[in-house]
Amino acid sequence: MPHSPHSVGAVSAQRAQFDTPLAFMSGAVLPCYELVYETYGRLNSDKSNAILVCHALSGHHHVAGYYADDPKNTGWWDTMIGPGKPVDTNKFFVIGLNNLGGCHGSTGPSSINPETGQPYGAGFPVVTVEDWVESQARLADLLGIRQFAAVMGGSLGGMQALQWSLSYPGRVRHVLAIATAPRLTAQNIAFNDVARSAILTDPDFHGGNFYEHGVVPTRGLRLARMLGHITYLSDDAMADKFGRELLSGKLSYGYDIEFEIESYLRYQGDKFAAYFDANTYLLMTKALDYFDPAREYNDDLDKAFAVARANFLVLSFTTDWRFSPERSRAVVHALLHNRLNVSYGEITSTHGHDSFLMQHTHYHEVMRAYLNNVSREFAA
Amino acid sequence: MSTHDRYALAATRPDFAAIAACIPQGASVLDLGCGDGSLLRYLNDTRKVRGYGVEIDDLDIVACIQNGVNVIQGDLESGLSGFESEAFDFVILSQTLQATRHTEPLMQEMLRVGREGIVSFPNFGYWRNRLNVLRGNMPVSKDLPYQWYDTPNVHLCTLHDFEAFCADHRVHILERRVMTGDSEVHLLPNLLGSMAVYRFKRAG
Repeated sequence: MPHSPHSVGAVSAQRAQFDTPLAFMSGAVLPCYELVYETYGRLNSDKSNAILVCHALSGHHHVAGYYADDPKNTGWWDTMIGPGKPVDTNKFFVIGLNNLGGCHGSTGPSSINPETGQPYGAGFPVVTVEDWVESQARLADLLGIRQFAAVMGGSLGGMQALQWSLSYPGRVRHVLAIATAPRLTAQNIAFNDVARSAILTDPDFHGGNFYEHGVVPTRGLRLARMLGHITYLSDDAMADKFGRELLSGKLSYGYDIEFEIESYLRYQGDKFAAYFDANTYLLMTKALDYFDPAREYNDDLDKAFAVARANFLVLSFTTDWRFSPERSRAVVHALLHNRLNVSYGEITSTHGHDSFLMQHTHYHEVMRAYLNNVSREFAA
Repeated sequence: MSTHDRYALAATRPDFAAIAACIPQGASVLDLGCGDGSLLRYLNDTRKVRGYGVEIDDLDIVACIQNGVNVIQGDLESGLSGFESEAFDFVILSQTLQATRHTEPLMQEMLRVGREGIVSFPNFGYWRNRLNVLRGNMPVSKDLPYQWYDTPNVHLCTLHDFEAFCADHRVHILERRVMTGDSEVHLLPNLLGSMAVYRFKRAG
């Protein structure tokens, strides 16, 4: 509800320009770039009440509130963030940004490369979670935030929150890692690969340089999104929502859309393909696949977290099979090994991986209780 | 927490003070079935422990976080596989032993994960309980506040029973404190004590 007293209200995006070259894990260097971001609440005098919200695969900087000229466009985590909500903007200064490589305003594959005057397209570097954290730290520098009260996120956003505790142990007091994993399983990478294959084999993809052909690999994007959606929901949630309902009530003995679930998936696919950039999709899934802090420690996650100093809240959802509770427990195990403060909740929910975005009383109570403690550590 | 609150907390659960008395300053502690985290908070305040709780109940998870203690949501009955061997100085099972189903493996797990174990439980051999049974009824009291049909307590025991269990399972008892209400009981503890706290380790 845009006009509820618990909404941060009308918001507008801001833009930050960075002219110091950013070196990526891949070795590529971006000489300059822009990040789009939004902020909610007020930064306190000693700049100790900032929370960074990291987004997942298809997310962006519009995390809470709405746009004055588009009041139906509410932020993707508006249920969580606002005055009196678990992330209480009466207490916290909240930052949401669009990650580098994104397609919502930050520099990404669809942006114009100043060196060529053409979109980066396939030439945009592959970005990792570590690279994102680096770019987010520069945004924090720009805003004068030396240390975040908390960095939080779900799924791919949770990976960034975890990475913050490793890249900048002194710059984050609390990490809230939700529905995430310390690395993807083979099955999870496999899903990403099928999604990427759908895009890469679309004749309209043109090796990533489809912009100059005036086309969009819509079919590939659509398939990628449809597959993604199946894995974000649980079997039960799908059965509850769609069952075997037929659109027309009877079988048509053909290949048109017949079942409600088909209609839903295609609608979601079409909607997504109309606005999301195909290169960004490829890049986001690759960032997911590459994230693996234990890799440089002989696959020993305990050792990877030895540098961490933050306090942690780790949450998973019982029906999330894409980022299962077991994956979150692996994170908890490493944190316990390193004698770090950690609380872990396994939220009973029927909505699969998507649960982390949903209104859920107990989940929100856990978040509220934890963040309430976080807010007691700084002066208002 | 004010001194008054602390006193009130210790008064609600007389075993808290007895458990705290077993634990040196700064020890690491795992509290199994930690409920709302009151004991851990009491131990944080009085012993500056590095503590974690394990709890299955959703409302208790929120309560623990509100109490400012670390809590890991999980089911004790499926073991402590999420915890490394000898990860803690003490593993505590406070007022929970009698409600566990897989009591034997859990005791073994406690002594794998902790260097020492501490349990507290209501003594079924307390004279008032015996009197109840003698009169033909299951006891219902402050320490055993449940009716027979809604009790979570499936493995009630007496001090003698627990000590025999320890002897049979290579568990070496280091310390025993027996209480009735707030006062310690030294004379005929299995008859006159309503509650016991044991500290123990693996034998040999």
